[in-house]
Amino acid sequence: MAPSLEEPTMEEPTQVDFDAPLKAAPKLVAPEPEHCPGPESQAAGTADSCAGCPNQAICASAPKGPDPDIPLITARLASIKHKILVLSGKGGVGKSTFSTMLAHGFASNPSHTVGLMDTDICGPSIPKMMGVEDETIHVTAEGWEPVWVTENLGVMSVQFMLPNRDDAVIWRGAKKNGLIKKFLMDVVWDELDFLVVDTPPGTSDEHLSVNSYLKGAGVSGAVLVTTPQEVSLLDVRKEMDFCRKAGIRILGIVENMSGFVCPGCSHVSQIFKASTGGAKRLAEEEKIPFLGKVPLDPRIGQACDLGESFLEAWPDSPACEAIREVVRRVAVEVGFGGDVLGEGESS
Amino acid sequence: MPLENIQNIVLVLSGKGGVGKSSITTQLALTLSLQGYSVGVLDIDLTGPSIPRFFGIEKAKVRQAPGGWIPVPVHDAQTLLPRARSTSKDIGALSCMSLGFILANRNDAVIWRGPKKTAMVRQFLTDVLWPKLDFLLIDTPPGTSDEHISLLETLLKQTNTPSAPRNQLAGAVVVTTPQAIAVSDVKKELNFCKKTGIRVLGVVENMSGFVCPKCAKCANLFSKGGGEAMAIEFEVPFLGRLPIDPAFSALIEEGTRPEYPKGTFDDDIELENEENKRTIEDEKALLVDKYRDCHLYQKQFNEIVKKLVADIHSRN
Repeated sequence: MAPSLEEPTMEEPTQVDFDAPLKAAPKLVAPEPEHCPGPESQAAGTADSCAGCPNQAICASAPKGPDPDIPLITARLASIKHKILVLSGKGGVGKSTFSTMLAHGFASNPSHTVGLMDTDICGPSIPKMMGVEDETIHVTAEGWEPVWVTENLGVMSVQFMLPNRDDAVIWRGAKKNGLIKKFLMDVVWDELDFLVVDTPPGTSDEHLSVNSYLKGAGVSGAVLVTTPQEVSLLDVRKEMDFCRKAGIRILGIVENMSGFVCPGCSHVSQIFKASTGGAKRLAEEEKIPFLGKVPLDPRIGQACDLGESFLEAWPDSPACEAIREVVRRVAVEVGFGGDVLGEGESS
Repeated sequence: MPLENIQNIVLVLSGKGGVGKSSITTQLALTLSLQGYSVGVLDIDLTGPSIPRFFGIEKAKVRQAPGGWIPVPVHDAQTLLPRARSTSKDIGALSCMSLGFILANRNDAVIWRGPKKTAMVRQFLTDVLWPKLDFLLIDTPPGTSDEHISLLETLLKQTNTPSAPRNQLAGAVVVTTPQAIAVSDVKKELNFCKKTGIRVLGVVENMSGFVCPKCAKCANLFSKGGGEAMAIEFEVPFLGRLPIDPAFSALIEEGTRPEYPKGTFDDDIELENEENKRTIEDEKALLVDKYRDCHLYQKQFNEIVKKLVADIHSRN
């Protein structure tokens, strides 16, 4: 096989057309070729790279025009007031942990109803962190019922659909997109004050799908999570670039795992060194709000492992106070007036 | 075939992100090099490539040659001068390939759907002109999706030809952190290996404990023992527990030679304090040379890699 000499040019980084209305993806008979415009794109079946593809006829004959499901999704989600994405280019910086905290924080006010959706198909962590790992989804006439953790906090994740909790979900992008669409279209969220959407690391299928499906319904914005090191900030910059290109408003950036307080001597160690100024400096450079720093507290990890709410278990810890402050800031950024945490006068 | 120069291919996998796949890959590569093997590192994390940063070669660009891409060299085979406690060393050449070397701007997002990623991974496996390598380490993104499927499809096809060295695809090193959350994702990755028939060379438990530099007590940031328990459950070898070493982060982030304050403890054994004061030449010293002073190398990786190499060679 002759290796291609084609320089993989980065001049066309937005081969993905963010503004194109998606049409329904047709059923394919073969994997998409390298330069596939995407079976749901407007050019499907007619692009140069479609010549010779076994799917060409299928793509070309698929109904044109926007995906008829998008208005359905928009209608389904119309009664959700604030939709917040939690993003990070890097894995393991605490997206899921932060998403659960955000959800618990919003739900600590009993007058709110909060939903938490896990779009990480290959590594879902939300059910375990919420302590509902063994639950399954109930299907009713109206659609899929989310799993309710408390009276006012519902969760949806692919984990609830796996027969065995350790099974690997070995799916290519197209299949993942289908599931995310189902989550948005078929889950009965009803009236929600907040929907927190947890995402996998990176800037790929899941992110594009969430963005395009939610476009009609309107996303309040995205919270970016990072750790202080440059290795992580590097990936977060890419995520910002993604948000800008996709037209998602950045609500702000949170610095997680910022400093560790030794339980023995209370000495603060910067385990993950902010050698380039950390998230604060990045926020200043990029002119986006800096939402705060959350210190590294081993009890957060333990609470997540046990599926408890850290905010309830350790309400007096410094980390808890930091998180509550971030939740308040996020509420302000999405334009939520009033007492988000339900603390009465004290806030 | 482009992979014919390579003796052994080792994958570094983890279901969870941020557990230290790239950091472990880097250290495996440096250690292999220190043991005299020639090593290549291929980074197939397309949307978040970290390998260029880890090796301190972010500005490097890939060169084009007739027939493919030339990987970016980190250092050539050479002899390192003796240091305080280590004698002079013959090290093997080390080179890297990553999408990071191809991007025009390091902040640009690579927003690609599956098919494009699949094609890029395939191109990385077929079009890179590796020099003669004893080991090729492949650093992967988290999860079990497009990149992984294409990687294994292509590798299994290429390494099963009669001309390929025996057991060229040696297997996978699986990285986890000790918390239950990470372990539950990594179990999925072990099942992925089982399904695709990749041998698991072993499990590494990363970020297992942190030694407070002030009071020198070891604190378990993310609890302890989860990786070992998982390895036993899945009947795969357990390679070891690695503590968080701020000196290693400083080496990567700032390029400073690892230095340890006197009286640093690790599991209640006082670590020896070596005569490894930083010098001015250190600014220009090779990463691999500085890494020799890192405790993670001296206490952990040297042994782990010896075990791995013996295991791999016993099957060649």
